[in-house]
Amino acid sequence: MPQVFHRSSNTLARLSIVTGAALLVSSVLIGSNLSRSPYVTKVGAPVDQPVPFSHKHHVKELGIDCRYCHSTVETSAVASVPPTHTCMSCHSQVWTNSPLLEPIRQSYLNGTPVKWNKVYDLPDFVYFNHSIHVQKGIGCDTCHGPVHEMNITYKAQPLSMAWCLDCHRQPEKYIRPKEEVYNYEYKQPKNQLELGEKLVKEYGIRKEQLTDCAICHR
Amino acid sequence: MKRKHRSLNLDEIRERLAGARGRNYWRSLEEVADSEEFRQILEKEFPLQSSPLGAFLHRRQFLKLMGASLALAGLTSCRPLPQRKIVPQVQQPEEVIPGKPLYYASAFTLGGFGRGILVESHEGRPTKIEGNARHPASPGRQGVQPLNQPARIHPDGTPEHLGATDAFTQASILTLYDPDRSQSPVQQNRVASWQDFNTALAAAMAKQAAVRGAGLRILTETVTSPSLAALLEELLRKYPQARWYQYEPVNRDHSLEGTRIAFGEPLQAIYRIDRADVILSLDANFLHGDGASVRYAHDYSTRRRVRRDTRSMNRLYVVESTPTVTGSVADHRLPLRPSQVSAFAQALAKAVGLPVSAPSLPAEVQRWVDVVARDLQAHRGRCLVLVGESQPPAIHALIHAINDALGNIGQTVVYTAPVEVKPVSQTEEIRRLAQEMASGTVEALVILGGNPAYNAPADLEFARLLKETTQRGAFTVHLSMYEDETSALCEWHLPESHYLETWGDARAYDATVSIIQPLIEPLYPSRSSYEIVDAMLGRQRSGYDIVRSYWQGRSGNTTFDKSWRKWLHDGVVAGSALPVKMVKPRLTSVLEAVQKISPVPEGLEMTILPDPNIWDGRFANNGWLQELPKPLSLLTWDNAVYISPATAQRLGLSMDTGGLANMVDMVEIRYRGAKVRAPIWIMPGQPDDCITVFLGYGRQRAGKVGTDLGYNAYALRYSDSLWTVGGVTLAKTGERYPLASTQQHHSMEGRDLIHVGTLQQFLRDPDHFIPRHGAGELPSLYPEHQWDGHKWAMVIDTSLCIGCNACVVACQAENNIPIVGKEQVARGREMHWLRVDRYYEGGLDNPRTYHQPVPCMHCEKAPCEPVCPVGATVHSHEGLNQMVYNRCVGTRYCSNNCPYKVRRFNFLKYNDPKEPVLQLLNNPDVTVRGRGVMEKCTYCVQRINAARIEAKKLGRRVQDGEVVTACQAACPTHAIIFGDMSDERSLVAQAKAQPHHYGLLEELNVRPRTTYLATVRNPNPELEGD
Repeated sequence: MPQVFHRSSNTLARLSIVTGAALLVSSVLIGSNLSRSPYVTKVGAPVDQPVPFSHKHHVKELGIDCRYCHSTVETSAVASVPPTHTCMSCHSQVWTNSPLLEPIRQSYLNGTPVKWNKVYDLPDFVYFNHSIHVQKGIGCDTCHGPVHEMNITYKAQPLSMAWCLDCHRQPEKYIRPKEEVYNYEYKQPKNQLELGEKLVKEYGIRKEQLTDCAICHR
Repeated sequence: MKRKHRSLNLDEIRERLAGARGRNYWRSLEEVADSEEFRQILEKEFPLQSSPLGAFLHRRQFLKLMGASLALAGLTSCRPLPQRKIVPQVQQPEEVIPGKPLYYASAFTLGGFGRGILVESHEGRPTKIEGNARHPASPGRQGVQPLNQPARIHPDGTPEHLGATDAFTQASILTLYDPDRSQSPVQQNRVASWQDFNTALAAAMAKQAAVRGAGLRILTETVTSPSLAALLEELLRKYPQARWYQYEPVNRDHSLEGTRIAFGEPLQAIYRIDRADVILSLDANFLHGDGASVRYAHDYSTRRRVRRDTRSMNRLYVVESTPTVTGSVADHRLPLRPSQVSAFAQALAKAVGLPVSAPSLPAEVQRWVDVVARDLQAHRGRCLVLVGESQPPAIHALIHAINDALGNIGQTVVYTAPVEVKPVSQTEEIRRLAQEMASGTVEALVILGGNPAYNAPADLEFARLLKETTQRGAFTVHLSMYEDETSALCEWHLPESHYLETWGDARAYDATVSIIQPLIEPLYPSRSSYEIVDAMLGRQRSGYDIVRSYWQGRSGNTTFDKSWRKWLHDGVVAGSALPVKMVKPRLTSVLEAVQKISPVPEGLEMTILPDPNIWDGRFANNGWLQELPKPLSLLTWDNAVYISPATAQRLGLSMDTGGLANMVDMVEIRYRGAKVRAPIWIMPGQPDDCITVFLGYGRQRAGKVGTDLGYNAYALRYSDSLWTVGGVTLAKTGERYPLASTQQHHSMEGRDLIHVGTLQQFLRDPDHFIPRHGAGELPSLYPEHQWDGHKWAMVIDTSLCIGCNACVVACQAENNIPIVGKEQVARGREMHWLRVDRYYEGGLDNPRTYHQPVPCMHCEKAPCEPVCPVGATVHSHEGLNQMVYNRCVGTRYCSNNCPYKVRRFNFLKYNDPKEPVLQLLNNPDVTVRGRGVMEKCTYCVQRINAARIEAKKLGRRVQDGEVVTACQAACPTHAIIFGDMSDERSLVAQAKAQPHHYGLLEELNVRPRTTYLATVRNPNPELEGD
């Protein structure tokens, strides 16, 4: 009886096992890396807005405090995007004829709100609260990145659960003195962990509790 | 699944109950019968699964399908998130902080009576109703809050003066977002515009002006609103020949007529339940349903809160013809037919020394009369006798005389002028209107609210007359929220604004005025009755202008703006309650009326009552109330005919023993030519030879939810006998009907779940009030949980729970809990996180009843946690048993391992509002769950988190009373206490230190955080043997 398979079949068989395994591993690797990549998380991708608002100009060059516009950041869960009125408190005086600001003027005149595109969008089952974070010494730029350098705002962090938990497990890695929360030029000191431990204690942060599910999910 | 059921054998059940030794609590007839089907329900967590696969699916096919659905499941999660928008306001109102709710005071009315509410609004979207503790009809934990004290508001925005509510008030917000509400004026089945209507109205009014309104008739429901009354009076001055009638089916005709007989004028009786040591209720369900019941339940509870230092309690006797919430919490309850309740009242009158000739009563009833009379007389001026609307006016008058004889007038009962603007006999009014319609004199009929074509007494044939009037060319208009039975017969249907969309005012049971403040612009082009009457006067004012200008005109002072703002803020117009009148009943006219009571014809008697959830039918399209288990029968989605076990046996009627849906016999009720087919419900505690039917069902045009459910009891209601009749016959039809009752769902196998004792036992030896198993703490294999922060816990005082279900609806509203429909309830899949278990004790014919609300126990060593393969249910440091929806894969192991059966599984996509308007209702602070996910009570973790965050910002601990769960806030008797048990001064820690404190199934050593206080009764030793 002649041989059914040619000798090269052995090599092919071995090869297919190896490539099969390699494919499996690489597909897992590709998949997991892709889902974490900026392609999916949109980190660093500027988001188009109805008005090309520049944080760099307003924050760094003009020196406007974050809270002038994001006025509820200390009191509410949301920092809030300012009402048109806030824009017009300056722009009724400066750049009154700028074509870029036409949507703002229209909104103010017609009473129709401006629809901004959300940059930091958490899933609906996550309940993030701005006010408690700024109260406990988490700086704006810890999550929002160098906003003062952004011409068009983009997402600076992936907002994945692992990223949240990094700080919720070890807040001392990121915490800063309360009075430095809005200081975008704040640099972490060399003894961050030491200072962090001290602040965590001082601000009454219960680290164990920070990883309770119901802290963010309810 | 094979469904082989046998009928309940009532003799056998009776025998078993009689043979039981010691205390014996039971939940349902099926449980006592202990049938095979019942055991099956007991042993399986989810007894009625979908049909087993083998029946229709091959193994290979199954694998293929599974493969495909797995692949698809994976794909759906890879979808990129859509770009979402942030839409800030153009001009931000000063008080609005995005992300924080605001609370506005307003009022909800039912039967004309206002109940104070605070409405939670998220960025202009009302989502939840709480009581307003400043309002006399909705007291908070500390009773009614005085107006001169500044409102303390928690930093997170929650007002401290949250008051209690009832289930209707809680559920009324669902009606606002009901997609079935009518959305446009309709003229003879064609969509029309308001402009069209205004033109038609102007023409009709011009025609009436020529004849001084001779053909103009206006029909409203009960009006207590001062500003609407002023408009109607103005209209009647302008059209002197016109008539304004009032009618609603659940009216107060008998009460008003009773005071007319007794005092010569219509009066409003206000009871001071908290001052009464002994209370006797004759068919009066004063703890549930009417405009004062939340207040009365609160006042009642102040005298039943048993703590270590308690020395006395009030005592409640109830004589009733239908098991009710009030009867269920009575220390002594006597079921009697309605005619015998009247006889009881007469015998009592005689026993307290009034010169009446009492009919002869059976010996044991007479003994009751004597014992109760002695108890009442021993507490002269500190006792109270109440009588229900269903009793005839003469008995009402007699009760006023009895209260006078007992020295109670001015003490436990006071009288004021009526709260209604026009205290008339509404039955008389609708009869007169029907006569006028029959004689053809009605040329223009404006019906503002109500649904008379459906709910007017059957003998008036209102629907036929209305149809004929319209066909004759009369201008007939119906303003209502739904295009209902009456709308269909009118020329015009007009969409009515929901009370949260419009301005108004209303008086409470003690006449305190509240301004009804809207929370949202009308969702559809709708109008209020105020605006329609104003339009009839040829004006086009908004509701705001109407109400405000009325009150401005009355006050006339320059500081009006300030007081107006304060009224709106407080939800109460200070000092608007009516003064107490000093009155004395005129005995001769009372006795004369009592003599004229006609004897009841032979045969079965029948009581007609409003449905405890659907009321007169107005809530028929409210899914929350439809699915809410009715007190005592725990029926959902249907009304049934209550019949006593003995009478059912005599008539050969039965129910099936098992299954989750009860197959019951259908009967035909025949009364004066009317025939109604209805399912029966064998009701322990129902008096023999007396059936009870419930109004509100059998709707033909209620909406998608409420149409064609149950039977229409209005067909049996005649204008000369609204509530009770004799001479009814029942005939078995031979058909069977499935009813969905939750009474066997989530059964915990009758272990030591409730503990009951008497006040005497408590006083004698409080520490042995509850038999304890073993001594001290049980050992555990699991390590002790160490935490020095908050330890959240709940204590439910079962002495106080009246089973009114307000907590269940409050929980549903707060936590976005879906409804599932009758078929799913019948499979045991209702989603309520909190259920109120009802237990019976004693014989079949008049068992004692106990209520036990059961939310998640938040066990410290929770059995659900170790069995979850994906860690979807885990413990928090503060002691919450957390449910992580996103981790849950739906194994349901947790639920199978839960000894308390408090976990609920989303078998289908229940929370899938196809109507976008329903999404507006959701609480934004709570995740909306999808299919295949387990859920359960969270202790309102969103409220805990809000309070904790605010406290942490201020650098302090959460204070006692800052976290109020939804169920706790709603409870009229404040039976639910929630707080931090590590704080010794907290109410919850104090409650846990009480001698009659116990946990459910303590022997399992799962250390539940939710625990109970045993029921303490205060029976009269003379009757205790009964």
